[in-house]
Amino acid sequence: MAEIKTMAKKSWFLPAILGIVFVAIPPFLGGYIQHLLILMMMWITMATAWNLLGGYCGQVSFGHTVFFGLGAYGGGLLLLHWGISPWWGMIAGPLLAAIIGIPIGLITFRLRGPYFALSMLALGETFRIVFTNWVSVLGGASGVVSSRTFGINKLPYYYIALTIAASSVYVVYRLMHSKYGYYFVSIREDQDAAEALGIPTTKYKMYALIPSAVFTGLAGAVWMNYIAYIDPEVVFSLTGISIMMILAVMVGGAGTLWGPILGGVIFVLLNEGIRATVGPISYLIFMVIACLLIMFLPDGIIGDWAKIKRVFRREKPVYVGGE
Amino acid sequence: MAYLDINHVVRKFGGLVAVDDITVGLEQGEIFGLIGPNGSGKTTLFNAINHYYPANSGEIIFKGIPITRKSTHEICRLGIGRTFQVVKPLRRMTVLENVMAGAFLRINDASKARDKALEVLDFCELMHRRDVPAKDLPIADKKRMEIARSLAGDPELILLDETAAGLNLVEIEAAMAIVKKIRDSGITCFVVEHVMKFIMGISDRMMCINFGREIARGTPREIASHPEVIKAYLGEEYAKGK
Repeated sequence: MAEIKTMAKKSWFLPAILGIVFVAIPPFLGGYIQHLLILMMMWITMATAWNLLGGYCGQVSFGHTVFFGLGAYGGGLLLLHWGISPWWGMIAGPLLAAIIGIPIGLITFRLRGPYFALSMLALGETFRIVFTNWVSVLGGASGVVSSRTFGINKLPYYYIALTIAASSVYVVYRLMHSKYGYYFVSIREDQDAAEALGIPTTKYKMYALIPSAVFTGLAGAVWMNYIAYIDPEVVFSLTGISIMMILAVMVGGAGTLWGPILGGVIFVLLNEGIRATVGPISYLIFMVIACLLIMFLPDGIIGDWAKIKRVFRREKPVYVGGE
Repeated sequence: MAYLDINHVVRKFGGLVAVDDITVGLEQGEIFGLIGPNGSGKTTLFNAINHYYPANSGEIIFKGIPITRKSTHEICRLGIGRTFQVVKPLRRMTVLENVMAGAFLRINDASKARDKALEVLDFCELMHRRDVPAKDLPIADKKRMEIARSLAGDPELILLDETAAGLNLVEIEAAMAIVKKIRDSGITCFVVEHVMKFIMGISDRMMCINFGREIARGTPREIASHPEVIKAYLGEEYAKGK
């Protein structure tokens, strides 16, 4: 936590410059680059949301695809049953994600151990199977087909995704500099100590889970509107979403503000770059890269920034005495 | 009725009765020492008080409020702070952040919590360590940080579990001074300790337990010469020899 604060203080101008660049430049870029930028903003939102719960509060979820999928289906189901504009999914999706997230949290956060992680894993798979097979209510394997409001123009989607990404980072930043942030990290570091300090741990885990679910749901709703098609196998994918969200955070640096941002960008670049050149084995290559990064930089690129700087300056590693 | 009333508290782990019918009352503003050989149930009694391992039977009443069935964080909010025998630092947070986490119990604003934490660090003479990650502290400072973290929540009663264990002589003297300072600031102290120099030097009253049962109670002087206490610590023949 200490490192983040000094970094944030030193580089207060970085968000401002990034903001100007990301607002002013994209209209002049080509369609494919705009497409990549939209995906990046989506993945920044998702990684930031996962990081709030998993990286800061220590509650690892193997099933955030549940929230992403529900975010997508929120609008999808409105369209399918009542013909309502899928843009209402921007409200319905995150709401649905929170409604499903709350009972899971209330049940599993009381227990110690991997119950939350495993429940989420099971829930993700359950939702994938239910949404693939329940044709009458949920659309079944053929999913939900929508149409793009803005035709081939990608810019509106980009600015919506940018706004959501920026607000997710801002919300997490504000939370982490308040009582909530200190309580989240306390729970991650030692739940017994946290309880003894008077922290109602179940309640504060919920305070981390709800924004995490809502922002992941928002990313799903943007994706639904942008792609204009929901495939249950894609939006409830364990490997494609749940695991990739974790990897994006791990690569960038869990428990840091900039880690998920960097992780989201790297994930999209690698994924798209590799897929464009070598085709379907892109996941394998991404996994190998992720394994190497985790081996050599276990705290991620931002978390191990000091280590990276040492390597480039050819300095010898400094061992800090622990226990 | 005493300030903290412990009435016939029993805590079992399977067939083992770790705390067996302990009844004791603490008065406001005193330092109450609890001693006993290893495994005699001292820490278990603390864990029963703050509901970490709730009592199987009996009742614990703090300032007239029954707390036996309240949860750990509620008990802390009522004004009972504690430290741990095996220290539990929030490892990747700095000393200041650890103490701030404690201060947030009664303060919502981050900058006010920071002021409160700095004040407590000053009180505990830990100011020079404020920006060190908790995991990098030597054991004496970790123990002191736990005290500071607990004090930051403005407790009225503090449970200190083996504050002097693993400390050298100089550090023990310093720890004694801090506990006395805490008592002088109006906070009641319930102290579990093995280091006799420490607990005999600071306690107003003491109790000795063995196998979960009370075997002696009185002033430090009375406890030191009590035949049951000598028997528990040194064996039957030493007690007879006296």
